[in-house]
Amino acid sequence: MILGTIAQRHALLERSRSIAVVGASNNPLRPSYTVFSYLRLGGRYQVIPINPTLHEIDGIAAAASLTEYTKLYGPPDIVDLFRKPSEVLAIVDEAIAIGAKAIWFQYGVINETAITRADAAGLDVVVDKCIKVESARFDGGLATSGLNSGLITSRRKP
Amino acid sequence: MHDHQFGFSTRAIHAGTPPDPTTGSRVAPIHQTAAFVFGSTEQAAELFQLRSYGHIYSRISNPTVSAFEERMASLEGGLGAIASSSGLSAQLCAVLSLAQAGDHLLCSQNVYGGTITQLSVTIKRMGIETTFVPVDDHVAMRAAIRPNTRLLLCETIGNPSGTIADIAGLAAIAHDHGIPLIVDNTFASPYLCRPIEHGADLVVQSATKFICGHGTTIGGVLVDSGNFDYGNGNFPLLSTPSPGYHGKIFTETFGEFAFLMRARAEVLRDVGAQLAPMDAWLLLQGLETLPIRMEKHVANAREVAQFLRTRDEVAWVAHPEFADAAQRALISSYLPRGAGSVFTFGLRGGREAGKHFIDGLELLSHLANVGDAKSLVIHPASTTHSQLSDEEMRNARVAPESVRLSIGLEDIEDLIWDIENGLRAVASMAAVKA
Repeated sequence: MILGTIAQRHALLERSRSIAVVGASNNPLRPSYTVFSYLRLGGRYQVIPINPTLHEIDGIAAAASLTEYTKLYGPPDIVDLFRKPSEVLAIVDEAIAIGAKAIWFQYGVINETAITRADAAGLDVVVDKCIKVESARFDGGLATSGLNSGLITSRRKP
Repeated sequence: MHDHQFGFSTRAIHAGTPPDPTTGSRVAPIHQTAAFVFGSTEQAAELFQLRSYGHIYSRISNPTVSAFEERMASLEGGLGAIASSSGLSAQLCAVLSLAQAGDHLLCSQNVYGGTITQLSVTIKRMGIETTFVPVDDHVAMRAAIRPNTRLLLCETIGNPSGTIADIAGLAAIAHDHGIPLIVDNTFASPYLCRPIEHGADLVVQSATKFICGHGTTIGGVLVDSGNFDYGNGNFPLLSTPSPGYHGKIFTETFGEFAFLMRARAEVLRDVGAQLAPMDAWLLLQGLETLPIRMEKHVANAREVAQFLRTRDEVAWVAHPEFADAAQRALISSYLPRGAGSVFTFGLRGGREAGKHFIDGLELLSHLANVGDAKSLVIHPASTTHSQLSDEEMRNARVAPESVRLSIGLEDIEDLIWDIENGLRAVASMAAVKA
């Protein structure tokens, strides 16, 4: 199912525990590093980089592929995609094959065939959103930067 | 978590201010602190590299100020907001986020005198030139855009002339040339007009006016729609490596948040024009009653304008709702709930009559502000627009005899009584002369 609303994305982030970041970089200027680092330091998820050209990022061993990842940790709750749109179809097929529960297409990673295929295979799908921004919307990070979280409540946070 | 869409009045009261998680305080706490303790050295480094969210130092962000920013972003329908110490500093931050020496700006002629001097004197000295064009002359607007033009700026309701901007038309001109439209929404407030809904990319305003609503606080705010593509090649400040952040490319790292991140982390940080926490708190209080205040402002102003039209001492009344059919059409498109409560009128007897009118008032306050609960009066040619040349003044549609009113929330009978006091003073001047 394509998760089009804030509530659906919140529920996905709440129920998930493991995230495989495909295309994570070790260059601190790249968004694919920033997002990996943010999620890892948040301490809420087990975050593993997927990159065949790297051994590790910030001391976390990288897996060469989603298949490799699954052998070590089992299927990830979320596959977070930082690849060129033209290269994601094969990764989506691999994610379906290993039993990933959700695929998160980062900003600009838009491939209609891949999105439709993931959706048809019963995975939860988020398109053209940043997993760091959406996490920060719910944990109060966005609010510290004057960003519109869209959240209104008179309940006190437990 | 739910997906209910809350209305404007609810967001004016709640957006940005959930109960304080630490104390349960229902009203936003005033975080009167210069700096914030880091959780660890690693967290401190992440914050400084803009890789994590959180407060470092109140010149860059502060929780009370953030609450005001989020509420403004919600009310304007934007992605986020940056508060600053005044409307003019919000405008300066917008300009410096997009333009540098050698660049060019395009601005409506029908704007606040302080905006004209900021652009044509101070910003010009930084090597950024501005061309001013009548806001309703779209052919001239198009013709004035150059390859190095970086933005188009106008006011929803021009100060003090009341000229209404065709926001969608100006947005189309700006977007055809790959530049953003910035709208100063001070005279309308987001209750009467939300420029982003009509195609504006950025909204600036003086929060001192209707947002504050009580004349207590100087403040400004810049709201970004998040809709403009700053990676289109025209904005190297955002799309090429930043020397201020070890070569970070804002458009690449922050996507739709690129403008807001650079405007805060580089421009507001370096300009040093932050809003104070106490002032942000006063502005949050003001916003809670914005919808009901604006309804009354509009109704009172309409009655005062209609009264003035019946009087022989009055030569003309430039309330936007009395303007020509073209302007009235713009009001029905952009300001269906009314065109605010600030307008000018002229007395027979010119500038001298204006002075006598102001001196004869008891209740209206003679001062340089608008958008207060209290009704206000001023003579623009000798005050707010006095820095302008005669030609600039004509271009801004300020006549020598113009008197500007900002109608507040008092009983309408008392406002009419006081305006009659002023008109009596004008009549007695005429009698002395005769």
